[in-house]
Amino acid sequence: MNDLAEIISQNAESIRKEWIADMSKAIQRSDLISKAELDEQSRSILDAMVNGVRTSGPTNIGGDGWDQARELLREISASRARQGFSPSEVATFVLSLKKPLFASIRAKFTGDQNRMFETIWAATELLDKLALFTTDAFIATREELITRQQQELLELSTPVVKLWDGILALPIIGTLDSSRTQVVMESLLQTVVATNSKYAIIDITGVPTVDTLVAQHLLKTITAARLMGAECIISGVRPQIAQTIVHLGINLEDVITKAKLADAFALALQRSGRTVVKVGGAAAPVNPLAAILNRRGE
Amino acid sequence: MERIPVLRMGPLLLITIQVDMHDRLALQLQDDVAQRISDFGSTGVLIDISSLEIVDSFIGRMLANIAAMSRVLGAETVVVGMQPAVAITLVELGMSLPGVRTALSVEAGMESLMSAVSNAPDEAGDERPQA
Repeated sequence: MNDLAEIISQNAESIRKEWIADMSKAIQRSDLISKAELDEQSRSILDAMVNGVRTSGPTNIGGDGWDQARELLREISASRARQGFSPSEVATFVLSLKKPLFASIRAKFTGDQNRMFETIWAATELLDKLALFTTDAFIATREELITRQQQELLELSTPVVKLWDGILALPIIGTLDSSRTQVVMESLLQTVVATNSKYAIIDITGVPTVDTLVAQHLLKTITAARLMGAECIISGVRPQIAQTIVHLGINLEDVITKAKLADAFALALQRSGRTVVKVGGAAAPVNPLAAILNRRGE
Repeated sequence: MERIPVLRMGPLLLITIQVDMHDRLALQLQDDVAQRISDFGSTGVLIDISSLEIVDSFIGRMLANIAAMSRVLGAETVVVGMQPAVAITLVELGMSLPGVRTALSVEAGMESLMSAVSNAPDEAGDERPQA
């Protein structure tokens, strides 16, 4: 099947010109990619294709001869995925090579119908495979992007804040699923150990819905904290969520729950034997920390 | 034979687990604790598991058993210094150790035991050191 390679290499320049013309008719994305870049990409792909067809044949695009072409296509689709092209636009990049290539094949074999058909079939098979490969690579890049963003989101959304000596707060934002619970639980428990905190306030103001699964995850976290010797208080229970919890029959009897983070904090202070008092007189307090007095016992 | 030491400290028993627990060691420890509580009339048991890195359901059961046994013999149990990974494992195994007191550090555990002991009807009062 070296006919194909020969045709491509002989007519490389005209095929490439028509290809780019077709492509720009199909996709108008001059905002995302420059003409010079497109020229460069199309030239190297045609070269790589000639090379591939010559060494590994036109159908075996997994073969060694196609390494260069695969690498190029992967790079191109990855960069396009990042630039914001749609999958069909990326596939069109390869598929629009069909028309100029077929035209060249027809011009070459005008007298020989059988050979023309064979060569065209080989070309169409090859281009379809390359287009599918490009789409796969495009999707792989997207998936990678999504996974990375998920990871970043996970890290972003689970800060453990120290409110006071021995009192931590964990504001949860977004829905709790199993993987997030794992991260939340781990970071909370690590911080409990690191700061030697007896009280942890889990604030669920930012949790949109609490269903049985979320409640189970919360209870797991609370039990784990209890096993380590820390006490958990749930705060930020919105009225609708309180209703849902009751309707679902979730048992939160063993858990201390408060409506506001402030209430939970006050309770934690009280349990750790502290109290907040107003400094007397209108004068500004010299040291606001002195406002909190240590008192032993509860 | 390998054995985990059970130390007596006034009315309390102090147990520090610093080796990987295996099943025979755990059973031996249960026996020892029960024996010591009745020998000394202890009113509190403190188990420090801060160096315990690996637990299975058997070790979890052992902790619950020791606590239940001690309660039968009139002593409170507090488990201190559980590692986060250990806590998560126990929760995933469905062992929440109800009825076992927990504390973050030996110090906090001792305090909690002392308050529990001093609230309880006084039996070993003569031996109790001034906290």
